Amino acid sequence: MEDAMSKMQNSKTQGRKTQNAIALPILLALTCGLVLASQPYQKVFAQQPVPTPSDDQVNQIAHQLYCPVCEDTPLDVCPTEACRQWRDLIRQQLSQGWTEQQIKQYFVQQYGVRVLDEPPQTGLNWLIYILPPVIILAGAFILFRALRMWTKPGSASAASGSKDETVKDEYVARFEEELKKRK
Amino acid sequence: MVADIGYGVIFIAFLVALYSVGAAIYGDRTKSAGWVESARRAMLLLWPLISISAAALIYLLVTNHFEVSFVYEVISRDMPTYLKITAWWGGQAGSLVFWSWLMSAFASLVTLRKWDRDREFLPWVIVVTSLTTAFFLALVVFYENPFAEFWRGPDGKLIADASGNAIKSMFAPMLNASLAIPTDGNGLNPFLRNPGMIIHPPMLYLGFVSFVIPFAFAIAALITGRTDDRWIRITRRWTLWAWLFLSCGLVLGSRWAYDVLGWGGFWGWDPVEIAALMPWLTGTAFLHSVMIQEKRGMLKQWNMLLIILTYALVIFGTFLTRSGILSSVHAFAESAIGPAFFTFIGITFVGSIALLIYRWPDLRGETEMKSMLSREALFLLNNLLFISVLVVCFWGVVFPIISEIFTGQKVTVGPPFYQTATGPLFAGLMLLMGVAPLSAWGHSSLKTLGRAIWKSVIAALVITIFLFFTYTANPIALVAFFLVAMVILVTLQEFWRGTAARMKAQSENAFTAFWRLVGRDRRRYGGYVIHLSMMLMAIGILGINLFQIQTQGTVPVNSSLSLGGYTVKYDSVAQFPGPDGQQVTRAVVSVYQGNNYLGDLYPRIDYYPTEKQNMTIPGDRPTLKDDLYIILVDWQPTSTNGATFKIFVNPLVNWLWIGAIIFLFGIIFAAWPDRDAERVPARSHHIHQPDANQTGAAD
Repeated sequence: MEDAMSKMQNSKTQGRKTQNAIALPILLALTCGLVLASQPYQKVFAQQPVPTPSDDQVNQIAHQLYCPVCEDTPLDVCPTEACRQWRDLIRQQLSQGWTEQQIKQYFVQQYGVRVLDEPPQTGLNWLIYILPPVIILAGAFILFRALRMWTKPGSASAASGSKDETVKDEYVARFEEELKKRK
Repeated sequence: MVADIGYGVIFIAFLVALYSVGAAIYGDRTKSAGWVESARRAMLLLWPLISISAAALIYLLVTNHFEVSFVYEVISRDMPTYLKITAWWGGQAGSLVFWSWLMSAFASLVTLRKWDRDREFLPWVIVVTSLTTAFFLALVVFYENPFAEFWRGPDGKLIADASGNAIKSMFAPMLNASLAIPTDGNGLNPFLRNPGMIIHPPMLYLGFVSFVIPFAFAIAALITGRTDDRWIRITRRWTLWAWLFLSCGLVLGSRWAYDVLGWGGFWGWDPVEIAALMPWLTGTAFLHSVMIQEKRGMLKQWNMLLIILTYALVIFGTFLTRSGILSSVHAFAESAIGPAFFTFIGITFVGSIALLIYRWPDLRGETEMKSMLSREALFLLNNLLFISVLVVCFWGVVFPIISEIFTGQKVTVGPPFYQTATGPLFAGLMLLMGVAPLSAWGHSSLKTLGRAIWKSVIAALVITIFLFFTYTANPIALVAFFLVAMVILVTLQEFWRGTAARMKAQSENAFTAFWRLVGRDRRRYGGYVIHLSMMLMAIGILGINLFQIQTQGTVPVNSSLSLGGYTVKYDSVAQFPGPDGQQVTRAVVSVYQGNNYLGDLYPRIDYYPTEKQNMTIPGDRPTLKDDLYIILVDWQPTSTNGATFKIFVNPLVNWLWIGAIIFLFGIIFAAWPDRDAERVPARSHHIHQPDANQTGAAD
């Protein structure tokens, strides 16, 4: 009997170990991914105010801005005449020594925050950044709890939910076998 | 006259669809087989009726009937006939007719199957499919009528509303009014004239409408209380085909963007793209989780929820792109169909969820999860990750609308948000793709998993170290390439393990053993082919996202720009009329690698004078290593400075397209109907198995 009990105990410990084993690499991957993905996107060109800025310097800033009039079109690839003029304006601002931040600020003041490729982290906009991780973590928590409950021998859900009485945890089966032997 | 026929017939189709819904409900309530049969026949009538209406519309398009507003909006005289036909789905009203036409075709196909064993499902499948068709027909009949015409008053002036917009109507808006016939139309948006864009919408729509079928069966199962896995077995292949069409639509859309939009990429996390991706995400989760129900009798509630979500997202995706809500909340409020869509989504979603809650206790699992490392547990994790990507996408698309409603401020949610949020989730999915195929249904342990995977992990590590020394030190890339290598190796190992087992057990040679192995379980090995192709696609996506380099410059003739080891010399430029009425400005550039001449490329700008729109068609040189992608940004005939080019080097991107072709092949391989139904895999021996051999011919 003790032997069977200790096996059950082991099975519980093993269950937790297994849980950790599966949770760990996935959480690790997610964390690594989050950390790595949140690194600034590689910048090809340093921000240097120069008298005659190159197309690449202009595009590097225009890429982070959206066309104020077209829908969902980054400024660096927008083919309209208006966008060409806005790119020329960036070129002019760069040649006057404006920094990337100043140029972006100028466009925001003129056309609103919709020109930025991400909502600024202020006010209601925080919701865009907070809600998905909260929902995902809640989902993960619910799933892990459910998995843990299901995999626990003799769980409440097993007692109430299962229609199939023949389905039993293998450890319980072993436990019963032990009992029979002792009889 | 033809327009009147088209409208009249589609109006009749709408009434027939409503009749079909009513007759099916009445037949089920009164247990009258006659009424149900009548409903079925009414539903079968829908496709021929909508086809007549569609034929009328095509006739009007091809014969330049510009008095019909839709014809005026989407074609012009100079367009070739095939484009006039495909303009059918090039505008809002026509695309709604197209949606209804495809929906009715699928509804007819499903009602033609053998219903002997599933008679109780039939009325409710009819109700759901006919109701969906009726909704789209109602949009055509009441809001977006493609047959509406322009009218001229007795004074000869165009009849317009107070703001000066021409009134479009089926009937004369005043006495003695006559049809107003413009001399030419607006022409089709040049972006929609590319072959990729001609096939892309039909594929997406096919995917959308075919997902309605599994949803219809799910609702039928909920209403009738037949909550075993029969509905899943019947719709398994429908779901796979739906997934194929939707995937094909997404791939074609991406390729079209790469070929035509001229910004050096294929996916811009645009809300319209995401609208098509969202049902794909839940559909993919559903494809995995139904296997758990089939094999283990678990997750019945979850599967129901997933298919309800998929249906809701199909309608939501169409709503997003058709209601004008993406451009602004005001456009949505002003659009006629926006609120109608919103109401329909609300009613069907709430109704479906209410049904699910009602049947919740009957949908409990038949067995319990035994191990955290079992395949079903890993599939659940896979579902969590897919739904997480969906949460990110949904919130990213919806948030700007919410922001505009509550603060009046428009915001843009662009690629940086999606890349940061979904990157780790996709990495998690890749990890699962590597581990899950090795785990067993029911029970797996760390030891058995470790024993199965260690060789692949070591080999993947070696490959990653090799890449570190030879290709990149970027940590994101190295983690991702490790995962790609591991998944590919694990999957190949799975093929090898099965083949070797057959060679030993059946004394077959390697080729026969492999052929029979994959032939006997096409769903599984088709799935593995899909996993492999996904990894090839991942290589392409990683390549372009992490290693893309670009430069732009204005150069005179015979001068060159250099990037990534390539030298691009500007040779000449020419202007000439194109075959589609466009004015083509085409540059000739020669490409060198060092002193090695590689060939000429022809980036061009097509200007469509009728639409006053430019199209930038890149010249590209694809290799397995990278894609040299050159855009002619600007050239003025009076310019003495030369021409402006933008050059991209997109490393590894062609693996994406190779992977996409293999991916589609993998789905077709898995979805192709079985010759004999005996191969329907039996669920675990101890579970009640109602009729595993009853997969009908149309399944």
